[in-house]
Amino acid sequence: MAPILDIKNLYKSYGDVKILKDINVAIEPGDFLVLVGPSGCGKSTLLNCIAGLEPITGGAITIAGQDMTEVSPKDRNIAMVFQSYALYPTMSVAKNITFGMKVRGVDQATQDAKLKEVAAQLQIEPLLNRRPGQLSGGQRQRVAMGRALVRDPALFLFDEPLSNLDAKLRVEMRTEIKKLHQTLGASMVYVTHDQIEAMTLATKIVVMKGGVIQQIGTPAEIYNRPANLFVADFMGSPAMNLIPAKARKNGAGTQIEIARKGGEPLVLVDPTAPDLPADVILGLRPENIAQADVRTGESYQVADCLVDVVEPAGADTYVMSNLGGKPVTARMHAETTAKAGQPLSFAFDLGKVSYFAPEDGRRLN
Amino acid sequence: MTDATLISPRAGTRTTGQKVTRLALRYGLYALLFLFALYYLLPLFVMVSTSLKSLDEIRTGSLVALPREVTFEAWKTAWSGACTGIQCEGLKPYLWNSLLIAIPGVAISTIIGALNGYVFAQWRFRGANLMFALILFGCFIPFQVVLLPMARMLGLMGLAGSIPGLIFVHVVYGLGFTTLFFRNYYVTIPMELVRAAKIDGAGFFRIFWSIFLPISLPIIVVSVIWQFTQIWNDFLFGVSFSEAGTQPVTVALNNIVNSTTGVKAYNVDMAAAILAALPTLLVYVVAGKYFIRGLTAGSVKG
Repeated sequence: MAPILDIKNLYKSYGDVKILKDINVAIEPGDFLVLVGPSGCGKSTLLNCIAGLEPITGGAITIAGQDMTEVSPKDRNIAMVFQSYALYPTMSVAKNITFGMKVRGVDQATQDAKLKEVAAQLQIEPLLNRRPGQLSGGQRQRVAMGRALVRDPALFLFDEPLSNLDAKLRVEMRTEIKKLHQTLGASMVYVTHDQIEAMTLATKIVVMKGGVIQQIGTPAEIYNRPANLFVADFMGSPAMNLIPAKARKNGAGTQIEIARKGGEPLVLVDPTAPDLPADVILGLRPENIAQADVRTGESYQVADCLVDVVEPAGADTYVMSNLGGKPVTARMHAETTAKAGQPLSFAFDLGKVSYFAPEDGRRLN
Repeated sequence: MTDATLISPRAGTRTTGQKVTRLALRYGLYALLFLFALYYLLPLFVMVSTSLKSLDEIRTGSLVALPREVTFEAWKTAWSGACTGIQCEGLKPYLWNSLLIAIPGVAISTIIGALNGYVFAQWRFRGANLMFALILFGCFIPFQVVLLPMARMLGLMGLAGSIPGLIFVHVVYGLGFTTLFFRNYYVTIPMELVRAAKIDGAGFFRIFWSIFLPISLPIIVVSVIWQFTQIWNDFLFGVSFSEAGTQPVTVALNNIVNSTTGVKAYNVDMAAAILAALPTLLVYVVAGKYFIRGLTAGSVKG
């Protein structure tokens, strides 16, 4: 299938400041692409470039097979939902939703039919005669989505649409957007700084930093095989443990030596590791460190460590220790026997380990 | 918790003495405000009462006394009989002139100011800041500085001494202010609104007309009050750029007061002055109400 959105060698600068550098992304019809990164990474600018709201400095944007690089926003066959919802304050909900059609000269009967359909889909029929000012945040969000849905575009663009909602509503609306994506089968591009939103919604994630794409992949790829230290640290909560270690080739496998506070260094043996330099950073997700007597398996290696802090979080308990001079978090069962100040037998799952080069942060395995 | 523990001991120890002091302060304040109000109203009172007296009574009575015998003779004269130099038609034709100048002047400067503000706030372009700074600078140029160049301009445009000429002068002079008003009002509106409308397919004027103008009532009222007062009360431009048939009411008032010979008709002067000031008062009273209504409607509906 031809890509619904194809961005090639896109550059964007304001004067001398380069905001986006050599962006290349393509998505298939029905994909849910999430652009994620810390504030100022250029993800919103990229979305605005796709929408045509910001002119680009170099490169090309193709939407549904048509070159849209120089086309004005209204002719790009897109719809956009904004962070502040951007509802027209003096128009009723119905007028907000139909404004685009009215501007385009769609006849009244079609307008009414479309409005009815979208209002039913989003369950906002009782609100149609209200003004945006009389709606709650969640309702405004729905109206903003309605305004986008009614256009039936080739591509939906979302600019941090949930960041103005409270935590509970955000989770609800997240599910709803996902449902909408599944029922419509539409192609969407979604900007967020929330990596959980990115993981839950996306079929494809683009992680950005400083205007450069760090990694493109499915949520599982990004989570399990982060391309570099930045992605490893940014995606996942609590963050991946990144522990400085020394690697040494040793017959059966590679010996990984980690400094341990007040004791012998911890030595793990990874039989499947590739050739590693002497200094590496070992990345291990908190859930890949367990209590030894609870979970054991082939790829697990057991070692005793001193527990610094125990944080119960309901379903899980986070157990903090210190390895290689860095705090290390392990996600354990709620009924763990770990106690602060006492040693505990940890099981490290080396089947899920990532190795990074300390000097440039690139992935080594 | 902390609030309660902080407040309760103070509330408990409040004595009757403190209560009396508070009451005394409150009424003292009212009394003071009342005195100030009287002080400010006194000239108006003198004007109204003098305008209702006959010349004889003015000569014999006290300035602040109420009229013994109310007569509207002075008002009639001021309206249609007082002499401004050689003509004796009262203020009537000049009031008309002022309206002919003020209404288009206010309307044009408000509309252009709204468009300017819309561009400066929402359609940023290269050099917009410099341009806005220059327009703002226009607000601070004293009237006197532009008199000669403006006279030359009006002459070149063939508008010298005409009402359209005066309208032009007031529009040019008012644009700095109206642009400032609208720009500062529109700058608080999120950029995303324009972006959403652009994606919806609306163009520059459509967005202005359908989205920005409907939310602008409060600032339109501000602009109208400001511009109307400025144009109506202007004397310098009026006296410099008008000729016999096109003088605004302020100039006519000056002529009535300054060109009488013999006995000074204070009652006519006062009546004429009130007549000349009436429209601005009216605009404040009528539009001020709309101003507040616009503001509260905004705050209730969000």
